[in-house]
Amino acid sequence: MNSSQILLELKNIVKTYPGVKALDDVTLKVQKGEVHGLVGENGAGKSTLIKTCTGAVIPDSGKIIIDGEAFSSMTPKLAEDKGLAVIYQEFNLVGELSVAENIFLGRAIRKGTSIDNKAMEAESRKIFEQFNIDIDPRKLVSELTVGYQQLVEIAKAISQNANLLIMDEPSAPLTKKEADRLYSLVKKLQESGVTIIYISHRMEEIFKLSDRVTVMRDGMKVDTLKTSETNMNALVKLMVGRELKETYPKREKCIRDDIVLELENVSGNGVKNISLSIKKGEVLGLAGLIGAGRTELAEVIFGAKPIVKGTMKLNGKVIVPKTPRDAIDAGVALVPEDRKKQGLLLEVDIKGNISISILNRISKWFTVNKSKEKEIANHYKEAIRIKTPNLEQKIKNLSGGNQQKAIIAKWLASEPDLIILDEPTRGIDVGAKYEIYKLINTLVEEGKAILMISSEMEEVMGMSDRIIVLSEGKIRGELPREQFDQEAIMSYASIIQMEE
Amino acid sequence: MNKYIEGFKRYGIYAVLALLVVFFSIMSDTFLVPNNLFNVARQVSMLGIAAVGMAFVLLLGGIDLSIGSQITLVNIVAAYLMVNSGWNPIIASIVAILMSTTIGLFNGWIIANLKMPPIIVTLSMLIMIEGVAYVISKGLPIFGFPESFSYLGQGYIGVIPIPVIIMIIILLIGMYILNYSYFGRYFYAVGGNEEASNLSGINVKRVKYLVYSFSGLFAGIAGIVMLSRTNSGQVLSGKGFELDVLTACVLGGVSVTGGYGRISNVVAGVLILGVLSNGLVLMNVSQFTQMIIKGAVLMLAVAFDSIQKNKKAVTTL
Repeated sequence: MNSSQILLELKNIVKTYPGVKALDDVTLKVQKGEVHGLVGENGAGKSTLIKTCTGAVIPDSGKIIIDGEAFSSMTPKLAEDKGLAVIYQEFNLVGELSVAENIFLGRAIRKGTSIDNKAMEAESRKIFEQFNIDIDPRKLVSELTVGYQQLVEIAKAISQNANLLIMDEPSAPLTKKEADRLYSLVKKLQESGVTIIYISHRMEEIFKLSDRVTVMRDGMKVDTLKTSETNMNALVKLMVGRELKETYPKREKCIRDDIVLELENVSGNGVKNISLSIKKGEVLGLAGLIGAGRTELAEVIFGAKPIVKGTMKLNGKVIVPKTPRDAIDAGVALVPEDRKKQGLLLEVDIKGNISISILNRISKWFTVNKSKEKEIANHYKEAIRIKTPNLEQKIKNLSGGNQQKAIIAKWLASEPDLIILDEPTRGIDVGAKYEIYKLINTLVEEGKAILMISSEMEEVMGMSDRIIVLSEGKIRGELPREQFDQEAIMSYASIIQMEE
Repeated sequence: MNKYIEGFKRYGIYAVLALLVVFFSIMSDTFLVPNNLFNVARQVSMLGIAAVGMAFVLLLGGIDLSIGSQITLVNIVAAYLMVNSGWNPIIASIVAILMSTTIGLFNGWIIANLKMPPIIVTLSMLIMIEGVAYVISKGLPIFGFPESFSYLGQGYIGVIPIPVIIMIIILLIGMYILNYSYFGRYFYAVGGNEEASNLSGINVKRVKYLVYSFSGLFAGIAGIVMLSRTNSGQVLSGKGFELDVLTACVLGGVSVTGGYGRISNVVAGVLILGVLSNGLVLMNVSQFTQMIIKGAVLMLAVAFDSIQKNKKAVTTL
């Protein structure tokens, strides 16, 4: 390979944190003009590696070579000067400023002593036109959806003449339509000569976009391959170090006759006239588009939002949960959608996170029975294999998959009959996903009823016994397993009735 | 190695305290003698008592600026009941403490239900109850308590001053609540992540009521101790006290954004303030210079904490 073709070379990068080798002698070569995919499980070291390029992480040893110029470490300023820009998952935008002001943040175009808004808007418009993006530069960033905000970030990078754009899981927060728009933008950027490093969990997009792909595992580079010469299974095998035989583990049909949850014409929190039932040992999938009312329904069942109309029965008894506590005591658990915001107590240890919802049950005279707490936490740690040296570790130190397991452990500890899983595998890697699926199987085999909400169509179809499709807060269709069909679900999900 | 760093972060504040003690022992012959040390302990006792309440509130991500004026009001009300109404000191004290507890509860109720920022709610409360204290006392000091009442603030059990014993009991109660009781865990949970706490079945509102009530309760107890020590109910007795309490908590490493802190370190924060005041007085440093030094110490302590945090933020990114 001709060295002048190499735009960025990371050479023998090592980064050690106390107790962990985050990057172990990683070497990565990125060619001019290519889209270079970077894949690996959570904790494989992708983000750390990227951060060495911008100076956010200072490597212990190794070289960063940009266009033939070698550096032992970077700074954000240096990275910008060398034409390197990163689109992180969290955007660096100021919501209360306009799109144009954001694009030129810190380098505003001036006219005399004042800022030349017209010129900045014109410049922004030029970039948007070049890449066929439809945004009004005068709009406030806070008025834009996540998808458009991301486009503003990208436009900002382009306006800084970035020739190497690193995108860290850019499609994760996007809807299907937004993601498609992103893909075509990536292609256009490549055509205009920008080199791109594209980090992703989604295999399809790696194959759609990238020319070459590098696989990382446990802080090491496993291999760099031509994308056209490999396939999805091979990549996944490299990522997890073993072959995943099937995406969804098989389970014996274990549905029993007893009905756990029964809703009759339940309305409230934006859902209307919901009637459904879930039996012991059943996984009921709840499908629908974002905003269809799936999470809203979960909140109602869990007592986080009030039932306005209708009845809810749990194990045959009518209950009206006014608070989550009522629901928990009746035997309902909710693994929420946004793990970080709604589930984790980051500064609390793993044990404390697992026990938080049952502390009152294991206390006497206000005093927590600590040995019992430890015993319970340990039991679930073993049962669902949370990988951690000890339970006194703060939960923020765990990987995403293990955090999710700890949250599930918390809810198993409350010994529920009904478990609502809202996006149970969001943001966790392939290997951990598979373990969560196996766990779901174990739970239903034990007789729990599960209501699973997922935006990943394949996941709902792969795991559910039955699927109910919502749109606009109403049930639009129900499919038994034999009739699962992506198109049918989509057509139910997109039923929209104009109501006066 | 990592263990030592963790240990230093945890107990480093005690190293600072030890340094101060060594420094003042060298600078003044009268510092490191039992009598003076008991003196320091007695001087900080009210601070230590009120700091437990403030620590709870800070853990929750709130703040209670009304502590100082609650102390004032407790002083005035208890003094008024004893002197002007001729009440038994014990009953007068209990009523005054119940009153401050209720004020705390009211703070908590407003913060939880109207979702107003704690700093504004407790600031308004500060102004209001200061006004009430003026109205009751007409701005004049109230004195002439029964003899027995001064025992609480000035007496000893053995060699230990009673206020110190009360402080130790309150500190132990504080530690018990945070480390062993289930609702103490809720303070950390709600302070760290309110939404997750709610979804874990914690009654977040009730936790807020409880925490602010505790703050009022401990302020009330501190107020009674103060009244018994000074033997006179005055409208300025608690003025600015909340800032000292806040300083002690922050020195003790309680996070002002909630979710993190421990009583054992707050004790160190309290003692640092006490040792500083006492030592500087012994060194004949003027009161105004003392203020400069105390302010600087607070800023240094927080700067140290912030630098640690920023470092961590970079490495975990």
